[in-house]
Amino acid sequence: MSTLTQPAHTPTVRYGTGPLRASTIFVGRSIRHSLRDGEGLVMAVALPIMLMLMFTFVFGGAISGDGYIDYVVPGVILITAGFGASSVAVSVNRDLTRGAMRRFRSMPIPAATVLVGHTVASMIRNLVATAVVIGVAVAVGFRPDATPVEWLGALGLVTLWIITVTALFAFVGLAAGSPEAAGAYGFGLLFLPYVSSAFAPIDTMPGWLQPVATYQPVNPIIETIRGLLVGGETAPWAALAWCGGIIAVAAVLVVWRFPRSRDR
Amino acid sequence: MHGSIHVAELRKTYREPVLDGLDLDVGGGVFALLGPNGAGKTTLVSILTTLVLPDSGAVTISGVDVLADPAAARRELSVTGQETTLDELLTGRENLVMLGRLLGLGGAATARADHLLDQFGLRQAARRTVSTYSGGMRRRLDLAASMLRQPSVLFLDEPTTGLDPASRAKVWDDVRGLAAAGTTIFLTTQTLDEAEALADRIAVLDRGRIIADGTAAELTARVGGQRLVLLDANGRELRSIDTDGTADSLRRAVADLDTGQLGAHVELRSPTLDDAFAALTHREEISA
Repeated sequence: MSTLTQPAHTPTVRYGTGPLRASTIFVGRSIRHSLRDGEGLVMAVALPIMLMLMFTFVFGGAISGDGYIDYVVPGVILITAGFGASSVAVSVNRDLTRGAMRRFRSMPIPAATVLVGHTVASMIRNLVATAVVIGVAVAVGFRPDATPVEWLGALGLVTLWIITVTALFAFVGLAAGSPEAAGAYGFGLLFLPYVSSAFAPIDTMPGWLQPVATYQPVNPIIETIRGLLVGGETAPWAALAWCGGIIAVAAVLVVWRFPRSRDR
Repeated sequence: MHGSIHVAELRKTYREPVLDGLDLDVGGGVFALLGPNGAGKTTLVSILTTLVLPDSGAVTISGVDVLADPAAARRELSVTGQETTLDELLTGRENLVMLGRLLGLGGAATARADHLLDQFGLRQAARRTVSTYSGGMRRRLDLAASMLRQPSVLFLDEPTTGLDPASRAKVWDDVRGLAAAGTTIFLTTQTLDEAEALADRIAVLDRGRIIADGTAAELTARVGGQRLVLLDANGRELRSIDTDGTADSLRRAVADLDTGQLGAHVELRSPTLDDAFAALTHREEISA
């Protein structure tokens, strides 16, 4: 026992870390989580790819003939990014309900930086997944005609969309009762793009559905990415406004909810 | 000041009062808090460790005002609760190294983690993810996490629940070791032998108040003197007569025996902490 009785440090040491150092450590932790959760990572990439292949080769001919892959890929990119980012809800909720947050909160560190870790890891994870999806799309015939500036714009918008979904689902993770429930909300995000111009032009939809499809947040983002990559209509201001608005609301909700999530 | 705990007029109400104007002063050593389920032990530990805010009252740890400056208080304390607080997706070693780095141990975090893994018999499992650990292993890793540094106060909320006897003895050793090195241990437990084995001082919490406070000997003395117990050939208790432990009261107790019972075996029993605990919490129930 003699070894344990020796203090790890002299008592004069001030234990703890500041926000920057703690954030770095938590980013490393969350990236390690992503790498370790191989199945989740494969699903986040494989699901959208299967979706893309199915729409292109199974329904593509029936929907709009040649060139459908150029039409559908932007929507698939958005689904990939959004669905992948929604898994941040599971990570955040797991920390809250499985005890890890109790220890972080009792330590001399800014405990909220654990959210920074999950957010940054989500960004990296989903940008990689998006790159893989674009790569597969090009392999099966996706031919964007975008200039470098248009590419940059499209990638910037995808990044912004990832941040938007991550922020929103960080709040879902704080508010949900269990990791399973938190995960289920992510599926909602998978359905939103179906009711938009992602897979079929809006004017082919029933009249009552058209306004819903046009004015929901995902639609202008998909249109803008498609416009930038392969040409066509864009709605950049609507896209930016939706993303900015959702991020602002989600940030307020997270800041409000985080301290209140500790009594559980 | 170092390692002291001071609690005054602490109140916390959820649906009903959980802590009802609790006062407590601990100077150092090993302090054990006993109480039946729902007495408010975990709520008290949560408030003392900055995890829950009380409705009113004052709390200082090592002279730091816990309610006014929780960040400073967290530098003084370390806690292992009833639920484990580990990262299931990381290995045991990764958990300790990460927490060590968060505490600011820097490069020393790895060595400290390995040392603790050895100490808690987790060397073999160090590179397995915590999700594969048994309940006892999780508990040991959680305790190791609280001992990454030497806090001035270590809170242990029922630290040996679910541990096998060997692991339990090991935890007791570690607790004694930390106490000898100057850390104040604040222990909650339901097992009285644990309190008796470790604590310099024991308090009984019931319905949000401290109803008894002292050494194990002082608490048992409060229940009364020895009992004269009559047993049949199978060791079953036939009759129990209270005495105050003096020769005179024993003589009267023996004289009081029926002639039919003179063939029975006789034992003189001192009250145990169990008796004290039962009597104290029972009495409170009646008067409430």
